[in-house]
Amino acid sequence: MKSTIKWRIGFLVVIAFLVINFFVFSYDLKFKLMNVALFSALFVLIRTVLGPSPADRIIAIDILGVLVVGICALIAITFDQSFFIDIGMAWALQSFIATLALAKFLEGRHLDE
Amino acid sequence: MSEIIGYILICIGLAFDFFGVLGLVRLPDVYNRLQAATKCVTFGTAGILAGVFVMEGYSSMGLKPIICIIFILLTAPVSAHAIARAAHRAKIKLTDKTIVDKYEEDKELY
Amino acid sequence: MKLETKSRIAVFIISFIAYFVITQIGKFDWQELIVGIIISLITTIVTGDILIKTERKFKFSRILYTILYIFQLLWEIIKANIHVAYLVLHPKLPIKPGIVKIRTDLKKDSSLTMLANSITLTPGTLTIDVNKEEGVLYVHWIDIKSIDIDKATDIIGGRFEKTIKEIFE
Repeated sequence: MKSTIKWRIGFLVVIAFLVINFFVFSYDLKFKLMNVALFSALFVLIRTVLGPSPADRIIAIDILGVLVVGICALIAITFDQSFFIDIGMAWALQSFIATLALAKFLEGRHLDE
Repeated sequence: MSEIIGYILICIGLAFDFFGVLGLVRLPDVYNRLQAATKCVTFGTAGILAGVFVMEGYSSMGLKPIICIIFILLTAPVSAHAIARAAHRAKIKLTDKTIVDKYEEDKELY
Repeated sequence: MKLETKSRIAVFIISFIAYFVITQIGKFDWQELIVGIIISLITTIVTGDILIKTERKFKFSRILYTILYIFQLLWEIIKANIHVAYLVLHPKLPIKPGIVKIRTDLKKDSSLTMLANSITLTPGTLTIDVNKEEGVLYVHWIDIKSIDIDKATDIIGGRFEKTIKEIFE
């Protein structure tokens, strides 16, 4: 019963965001698509702040690293500059290495093992 | 024409990104969150990059996303394995709905 | 030809193609080409001998199986994403999670890695650990259909194991 009410509130929030984003203001479509990606990043930050265990926070940071690659690709087609995709590629590399190091640290081993 | 296909691919990618992140918030424990987030966000970002490739064609900006897609599809599962194994060894509990845990039973093997 | 030399040549070609695609498409320039050759040589000298470890003959059927594997993997990824979207959007979260064991016949490191990655990207499953001596994979399954080891092997690993065996072994 309680979970159904929560589901309805979340559904209303998402629908309200989509209507305000796509139909109220009028500007370029690419910026509207970028707003959706940034709204997803907001959910990742909720999990980072609330997460009960360290593993939840590590997952959230990992997922944020993959999302930023998509946001970089959207910025690249918005401003027509190809070097933003290079930034995304470097970000993906760094995020992968950081996730491996954090996982090893969580397991209780030292980094030089 | 290619612009419309590119926009459709980007919209599909953004929708799956959003579902994955929603799973990260809604599901009950570390392993389930890891499943939803890894699959959906990887596929969604690959969709966005494929849309950029379709829109730009064979130019400098069109071929870099292909390298990005290959890289993401190769590395995202590896980091998921690393986090799941480390979380299980750090004794982070599974949720109450869990039916069976064969890995816990075989713990003396490693 | 020695194995190490072959591995070094493969690493040189791959790193040079990656450099070429990132910097050279659309604007051709001799200076950047020479810098790319130098950087690829440095990469080859430092990390060249770890890519190829075992000798194997070239077979034409392996290419066909690779193409089949790519399409199979794409179809499974699309199915997995629709499954996860259904689970996440359902109001009551109909999940039944747990960790099961499955058996595998693969022996090499590369084929085991590919099998584990494929299992992670397919519907409802996530590889947690590998026990290489006994040939056992531990898999987290979000919607358990059977906890028996043979049935689970059939459902989870049976889709990919034959194709990966043809490609890598």
